[in-house]
Amino acid sequence: MVSVGSFIAYLIIALVMVIFSVLAVTTRKILRAATYLLFVLFATAAAYFQLDYEFLGAVQIAVYAGGIVVLFVFSILLTSHPGDNTAVLKTKKRIPALIGSVALFALVAWSLIDRVCDYVSIPKMSFLTMKDLGTSLMGTGHGQYLLPFEAVSVLLLACIIGGIVIARKR
Amino acid sequence: MESTLPILILALPLFTFLLLGLLGKYMKHGLAGCIGTASMGVTATLAYITAFTYFFSGSPLFMNAFGERLQSIVFNVTWLQFTPDIVDAAGQVIKSGLAIRLGFLLDSISAMMLIVITTISFMVHLYSNGYMRDHDGTPEKGFQRFFAYLSLFSFSMLGLVVATNIFQMYIFWELVGASSYLLIGFYYTKPSAVSASKKAFIVTRFADLGFLIGILILSYYTGTFNFTELTSAPVAGMDNTFAVSLGTAENIKNIFATSAAPVFLGGSVLTWALVLIFVGGMGKSAMMPLHIWLPDAMEGPTPVSALIHAATMVVAGVYLVARLFPLYLMEITSLEIVTIVGAVTAFYAAMVACTQVDIKRVLAFSTISQIAFMMVSLGVARPEYHHGLGYMASMFHLFTHAMFKALLFLGAGAIIHAVGTNDYTGMHGLRKYMPVTHWTFLIGCLAIAGIIPFAGFFSKDEILTAVFGESLYGYLWMTCVAGMTAFYMFRLYFLIFWWKDHKVHGHHAPKDQPWTMTVPLVFLAVMSICAGWFPFGNLVTWNGHPMFEHLSFWTNIDNLNWFVAAVSMVTALGGIGLAWVMYQKENDLPQKAAKLIPNLWDWCYHRFYWDELYMWVTHSVIFRGICKPIAWFDRHIIDGSMNGLAFVTNKLSVAIKGLQSGSTQRYVWFYLVGAVILALITAICTI
Amino acid sequence: MEIPMICYLLPALFMFCCGVYGFITRKNMIAMLISLELMLNGVDLNFVVFNRYLFPGSLDGMMFTLFAIAIAAAETALAIAIIINVFRIAKDIDVQDLTKMKF
Repeated sequence: MVSVGSFIAYLIIALVMVIFSVLAVTTRKILRAATYLLFVLFATAAAYFQLDYEFLGAVQIAVYAGGIVVLFVFSILLTSHPGDNTAVLKTKKRIPALIGSVALFALVAWSLIDRVCDYVSIPKMSFLTMKDLGTSLMGTGHGQYLLPFEAVSVLLLACIIGGIVIARKR
Repeated sequence: MESTLPILILALPLFTFLLLGLLGKYMKHGLAGCIGTASMGVTATLAYITAFTYFFSGSPLFMNAFGERLQSIVFNVTWLQFTPDIVDAAGQVIKSGLAIRLGFLLDSISAMMLIVITTISFMVHLYSNGYMRDHDGTPEKGFQRFFAYLSLFSFSMLGLVVATNIFQMYIFWELVGASSYLLIGFYYTKPSAVSASKKAFIVTRFADLGFLIGILILSYYTGTFNFTELTSAPVAGMDNTFAVSLGTAENIKNIFATSAAPVFLGGSVLTWALVLIFVGGMGKSAMMPLHIWLPDAMEGPTPVSALIHAATMVVAGVYLVARLFPLYLMEITSLEIVTIVGAVTAFYAAMVACTQVDIKRVLAFSTISQIAFMMVSLGVARPEYHHGLGYMASMFHLFTHAMFKALLFLGAGAIIHAVGTNDYTGMHGLRKYMPVTHWTFLIGCLAIAGIIPFAGFFSKDEILTAVFGESLYGYLWMTCVAGMTAFYMFRLYFLIFWWKDHKVHGHHAPKDQPWTMTVPLVFLAVMSICAGWFPFGNLVTWNGHPMFEHLSFWTNIDNLNWFVAAVSMVTALGGIGLAWVMYQKENDLPQKAAKLIPNLWDWCYHRFYWDELYMWVTHSVIFRGICKPIAWFDRHIIDGSMNGLAFVTNKLSVAIKGLQSGSTQRYVWFYLVGAVILALITAICTI
Repeated sequence: MEIPMICYLLPALFMFCCGVYGFITRKNMIAMLISLELMLNGVDLNFVVFNRYLFPGSLDGMMFTLFAIAIAAAETALAIAIIINVFRIAKDIDVQDLTKMKF
């Protein structure tokens, strides 16, 4: 059982997700699209909090909202003049995309509804401590992720270097 | 006899060819000429030594106790073994298997041919040193190449005549064809020379196809290529005579009679084999209807015409028939075919020669006519009549003809070199300007016409005697041809040296050529005078048996058939007289004569339209009737299917090109739709 | 009041489909990148939801999401570097017009 408050919170989260997702991909102003994306990301972070993954929610806000969206905004400001509208799309191009995504949504939604309707309640879960997280990140046993952790760190390093190399002035 | 000399005879010209062909470019012109000439001189000396050893040493290798000449294989190297030798218990070879061997066969005709080839070749080499230069003595372009080709030809021709087996002969037969091709097309920048060389090559190749099939048939049934086995066999107690021994003749006849050999179009297999081989000979010897290449071959330099297209290569066909003569004797039908082809060709060529204006063409047709004489002579040779007189006469004529026809060609070359044209209308009255050429040319004409002390008289007389012994009509026919020979040769002579005074064109009057060109003329003139006095019947006969018991200087005179001799002399003098009347001084008799028989004259002048007939056959029948449909098939069906394939592929790729747009968004959309469809299909299938 | 699993999954799916739509229709490269982030986000949410509802005892889904976020950050940084570079060269980041290297 969850409280009514939580349910209302869920409704808000879902609503924000849906509305701002649509807006993010339909708005004609690119800076607004980034802003709407930020809202969606916040909503997702909120969903993580609601699902008791506080750490993940924090990471989401810190990395996505704090890092990526800022990057977006910077690059948008670098590459376009504020106030520019992106050109209106031709229907010829929009309709197939719409059909495709709607078909995808319908198909997957139908199969989801068909399969996962049984799971109606959130099972109990022990409180996730930092220690648990630490052990699962820094171990090599079952359910432990040292290797991907290291791989991601190398990836990030490569990415930093790559970013510098690509973007630097010649 | 050691095999060193014979090997050298073959190796020296080959080596010279390689030397001049590979390094000639880096030599001075004169040096190349000297090397070629000297090498040929040495070869000629070696050939003389070999031939004299064969004829006069009396060694048991070459002559048996009865004074009969033998075939002797000096060396014989197996090159390709097809079937293994049959060996008896003691390891002795009973019957050698089918193999291609390269060797050196010495008998009377090959020894004679060695002399002919090396002599003429040496003379031509010497002559070319002068001929292949312009009036200032500057050598022509390709001087060294010319000598290289001459050496190649000499090598091939020598290899041909000493072949121990028919396959070796075939190989060298093709080699002389190739060198002839190279030499006719020597001036390869001249389109007429190029087309003449192609023509010669194609026509002779076409004939060689017959030759090859004949060889294959013959060797298939007899199981051997070797001349010694085909024409004779060692019989116990007797040495091999190179006549076909009774045993071999029976043997070969049995092979063809009992091997279920089919009869094809009324001829036995042996007949067909021999006729097909003769077709090869017809091509090389320019017998009708395969003669068309020889007049065009005169596009080559004149020494080449003298060497190849008068004296040596074109008689290869005669030599081939002579070589296989015992086989031909087994099938009289094939000999009759040889006779008829020869007789028709002789008459035809003589008629055409009477009207030509190009002096080299007159000589070319004269050559065809004379070779046809030899063929007729071979065709009428029978052992019953004067020990095969026709065979001996044919070889005799081959020998003398080589001398005087080479002389005539070299003389013509000297005239052409001096005047600068092939056409007699540009000559006339040259006797005052070129005395040496004039006298030697006159000797050559007398020799070919058959006037008594000259070489042609004796050989032609023997031929006529042989024909007379076989058939009266044939005799009359050939006598007629002999008369025509005298007429057209003297027509040529008078038109060149008399007719009217020479008008000097250009900056210098024609004069006798340098010594390199006159020495061969004089030498060959001497040969043309005295070659007839050789007791040829004792040297070359079909079975090696000497024809005369007693030898003296007058042997040939003593053994004349005086009736035939008298008739032929009268005919020849008649021909000369007619030529004198018509052509000695400028008059309008020739035009009148031409008007008298306009059609005949026209036909003769156009060589009876043989070339046009061939053109019509090749163009209208073969090209239009056969090649065009095949080309259409190739172009439209085969190419069309390929083009269609390409067209369909092209259209298809244009049609699907849009998929490969490079636009990521489109790819994503396709991917999405594909995934959805796939998922839908899966879903529908699992429900 | 219970919140069934499907209630989380459907918004996540919707987010994903919006991302797909945006990715196909957008011309601006940064806008496409934004759509991409949307898709990633939807998938991340899926991981977490499945982990939470089906395997509450383990942390695998969460870890996947964690790494996905890290990788997304890296990818975005790199992509933006490329975009800025392209812009510098072509003065334009419209994918439809960037056909210089097409053929």
